[in-house]
Amino acid sequence: MSILPEELRYLESHEWVSVSNETPGIATVGISAFAVAELTDLVFMALPKVGQSVSSGHEFGEVESVKAVSPMYSPVSGTVVEIHSELVNNLESLSVDPYDGGWIMKVQMSDPSELARLLDWTAYKHQCDNA
Amino acid sequence: MSSQLATTPLHAWHQEHGARLVEFAGYDMPVQYASIVAEHQATRTAAGVFDISHMGRLRFDGPRADQLLDHLLTRRVVDMQTGQVRYSLVCDEEGGILDDILVSCLESPSGKNYFLLVVNASNRSKIVRWLQPHLADFPDVEFHDVTDATAMIAVQGPKAIELCNTLLPASVLSLGYYRAKVTEQMGKPCIVSRTGYTGEDGLELIVKSEDAPRVWENILMAGRSFGAQAVGLGARDTLRLEAGMPLYGHELDETIDPYQAGLGFACNLKDRRFIGSDALEKKSKDATLPKRVGLILEGRRAARQGAEVLDTSGRIVGQVTSGSFSPTVDKPIAMAYIDPSVAVIGTSFDVDIRGTKVAASIVSLPFYKKS
Repeated sequence: MSILPEELRYLESHEWVSVSNETPGIATVGISAFAVAELTDLVFMALPKVGQSVSSGHEFGEVESVKAVSPMYSPVSGTVVEIHSELVNNLESLSVDPYDGGWIMKVQMSDPSELARLLDWTAYKHQCDNA
Repeated sequence: MSSQLATTPLHAWHQEHGARLVEFAGYDMPVQYASIVAEHQATRTAAGVFDISHMGRLRFDGPRADQLLDHLLTRRVVDMQTGQVRYSLVCDEEGGILDDILVSCLESPSGKNYFLLVVNASNRSKIVRWLQPHLADFPDVEFHDVTDATAMIAVQGPKAIELCNTLLPASVLSLGYYRAKVTEQMGKPCIVSRTGYTGEDGLELIVKSEDAPRVWENILMAGRSFGAQAVGLGARDTLRLEAGMPLYGHELDETIDPYQAGLGFACNLKDRRFIGSDALEKKSKDATLPKRVGLILEGRRAARQGAEVLDTSGRIVGQVTSGSFSPTVDKPIAMAYIDPSVAVIGTSFDVDIRGTKVAASIVSLPFYKKS
């Protein structure tokens, strides 16, 4: 399965979410290429724990660059079912592949209707182009 | 960008070269061009070229300029020789630090000595205001704030001197550390000093504003084959932090005295009086105040300004003033003010990073020393 940025939904704060047809209740979450390029020089990422609940628009972790710390917000509500723990030791990979290989967590959604409220690619790209 | 922000004569270059611009001390300044870490490494291994035109440049002319400055600065000025540069503090009557500065004794092309103060951008207007009554006491001293008429460029790194070979006269390249000279760059006036804020060898150049873009381009062009690159304020901060150098607004402010900050060397109390000298005399003997130390942290996340430092029993014993991930040490480093009873090299602490306790220990400053 390949994740294409054009097919994702986004928060204004640059987190993406993807839901595959095979596992419709599970949302995969990451941060966008634009966010990675803006942050630069990533040194640390704090991830949630499996079993932890997250809610839409609320902080679930943080990413730190040499210069600053940025919170990461969850696009959906639910329970964390998987985290990408190897990513923490390989943050540079995010600048090459923030989508497929750069996923951060998988969430069992409690309210999939939240997805409809997120930005689509066109809206998100418009926001980035005008940043 | 807000229209009220000041710009340096190199602002257009920064914009054209993809710099990320941020407000700093009222100026729209480049924080980075591409990567802070890459710019940091370039400075440590080759050379970094910095636009530091936002720094304040204050000129004092007249035969009694040395006496005025000797009255204002914690460092002795009256014995300065032509071409000498000194690091000094400006203190208030209570011994609190108003600014940390470099003072240079220079010789103008007409053969007269004058003094140049380089002050922090964030303190320039405060210092200029504070100077006024003292200037009134020395009516024969001519004072000019030459910041806006000039630009300042730093070339720092192990290749800095070599890359300036084709740009500057040999007499300038052989300047000793903390020496300065008025010279020319391609026929235009230029003040060169062997100083910097990175922990590397290098030069700082002051040129007329209108000459700045050409000098900047010349340096970058000469530096290309050495691996030199333009460096923003982001890496300037990580470089000075590794070099253990204090930054006003972080390690220094009006509530901090020079002895706490480890800057007692910049106060010459013997046989002279200056503003704050009475208070500093007392403070030099006071060992009860928090002391500036260096910390290395476990893990990867940095402690930022304001993070609390706790002893192993959980008691708050200090506060972080600057912190960042260190590209050279490859660990998070910080400077902090710590209770002097526990401010001992090797002592372990916890730093509270937004609710998470991270182990840290005191190390000797600087974190990085050039080989």
